[in-house]
Amino acid sequence: MNAIPQAIEAAPLLRVDGLTKWYGHVAGCRDVSFELRRGEVLGVVGESGSGKTTLLNCISGRLPPSSGTVEFDTSRFGLTDIYGLNEPDRRRMQREEWGFVHQNPRDGLRMRVSGGANVAEPLMNLGNRHYGKMRSATVEWLQRVELDTRRIDDKPRNFSGGMQQRIQVARNLIHGPRLVFMDEPTGGLDVSVQARLLDLLRELVRDLGLAVIIVTHDMAVARLMADRLIVMKDGFVVETGLTDQVLDDPQHAYSQLLVSSVLQI
Amino acid sequence: MSNQPLIMVDGLAKTFILHNADGATIPVFEGLRLEVAPGECVVLAGESGVGKSTLMRSIYGNYLPSRGAVRVLHDGAYVDITRAPPHQVLDVRRRTLGYVSQFLRVIPRISTLQLVMEPLLENGAGPQEARERAEHLLGALRLPKAHWDLPPATFSGGEQQRVNIARSFIRNYPVLLLDEPTASLDAENRAIVVQLVKQALGNGAAMIGIFHDRDVRDAVATKLFSVSEYKAAA
Repeated sequence: MNAIPQAIEAAPLLRVDGLTKWYGHVAGCRDVSFELRRGEVLGVVGESGSGKTTLLNCISGRLPPSSGTVEFDTSRFGLTDIYGLNEPDRRRMQREEWGFVHQNPRDGLRMRVSGGANVAEPLMNLGNRHYGKMRSATVEWLQRVELDTRRIDDKPRNFSGGMQQRIQVARNLIHGPRLVFMDEPTGGLDVSVQARLLDLLRELVRDLGLAVIIVTHDMAVARLMADRLIVMKDGFVVETGLTDQVLDDPQHAYSQLLVSSVLQI
Repeated sequence: MSNQPLIMVDGLAKTFILHNADGATIPVFEGLRLEVAPGECVVLAGESGVGKSTLMRSIYGNYLPSRGAVRVLHDGAYVDITRAPPHQVLDVRRRTLGYVSQFLRVIPRISTLQLVMEPLLENGAGPQEARERAEHLLGALRLPKAHWDLPPATFSGGEQQRVNIARSFIRNYPVLLLDEPTASLDAENRAIVVQLVKQALGNGAAMIGIFHDRDVRDAVATKLFSVSEYKAAA
C-alpha cells in the first residue's frame, strides 16, 4: 500500500454547539450542533422557512444567536468563539478567512464598480497595493470561472445572471479563504446555467480543498456538492448523515417526504 | 498474504420504515453474518426482492442498517461502517472500499477519461500515470477511442457500464462490491470483466457480487451466499 495523505484532517475547523435563534417567540433555529472539518462540504437542506438561512447567518457571524456558540479555528487566535471576538477582529477574520456567496449576485457584488474591481477588491481589503499583481490575479480568476477577460472593465449589470454569479464566486475565492458559505448559489439561474456553475463550484472546491457550508432546497445540488447533509424542519435538525445515505435511505418522516417529493425526469 | 477477513458483517438487520405510508415496515433480513477473506469472491444468491442489493448498499454505508455491524479492514484496523462518522466512511470508500453499480452517475461536462482517472488522482497518483492507466483500461474494455474525450451522458447503457467498470478497476481497491456490473454487456465484454475480476482476486482483493448471468457467476464465484436464509419475519 502506498501512503496517502489524509484529505480531511481530524481537528475541527468549525464547531457549532447548541445554536438557537429566537425571533420574539418564534424560533429561527433551535439547538443546532455540529462540527466541520477542513475540506468538508456540508449541505443544509429543508423547505423554505425551516431555518436554513437563519442558521447560515448565525454561523457566518452575520446574526448573533440567542444562545449557543460558534467556534472557528482562526489563524490568529486558534479555535475561538466568533461572537467573543471584538468587532474589528471578527470582521478581519471574516474578510481574511471566509467567503460568502449569496443567492442573488446583487447582494454580494458592488454594482457600481466593474466586474474586475469586484473580483480584486478582497485583495485590496487585505492590504494589497500592487496594481499589476492584483490585475493579473483578477484576470486569472476570471479565467478560472470561465469569463471573457476582455470584459474585465464592464459593470456587473451588463453581465447575465449566470455570469454575475461567477463574478461573485471569483470575488469570494480570490483571497484564498478556508471556509465558504453558500446560500442557494444556483437558486436564481436557469437549468443549463445552473449545471455549469455547479460543475465549476464542485471542481474549485475540490482543487482548493475548501470547507463549504451550502444551503439549498434542491436535492440534486445537495447530492452533487455535499459530503454530508443536515436536514432541517421547523428550526430543528431532524436528520444528519452521509449525503447518499440521507438521500437514498432517509430515516426521519420529514426527510422521507422531502426525498420522495423530488420530481424525476 | 494474511487470511484475515477484509469484511466482517455481524448480526446485520435491515427494516425499512415508511413514515409517510402509515408507518409501514418492510423487514428485509436479520442476524446476517458474512466474512470475506482476501482472494474470495462471495456471490449473493436468491431471487430478486430477497435483499441482495439492500445488503450490498448496507455494506457500502449507502443504507443505514437497523442493527449489527459492518467491519471493513482499513489501514490495518476494522472500521464499522454503520457507526463511523461520515468523513471516515468517505475515507474508507476512497481508499479501501470500491463499488461498481449498474448505473453510472454522470456529472455534466466531465469527459470519460477524466471520470475514469478521478479515483487515481484522488489517491495521489500523478496525471500522467492516471491517464495511462485510464487509456489502458478503456482500451481493454473496447470503448471506442472517439468517445474518450466526451462526457458519457449520451452513451448507451453498455458503454456507460464499461466506463463505470474502468473507473472502479483503475485502482486496486482491497474490497470491491459488484452490483450487477455485467447486466447490459455482451458476451465478449463480459469475458473481459471476468478477467479483470480474476486479476483483482489474484492480487488479494475481497469481493462481494451480484451477477445474474450464470456464466459470469460460475467463472468468478468462490462461494455462494444465500441472503434468503436470513429473511426477517414480516
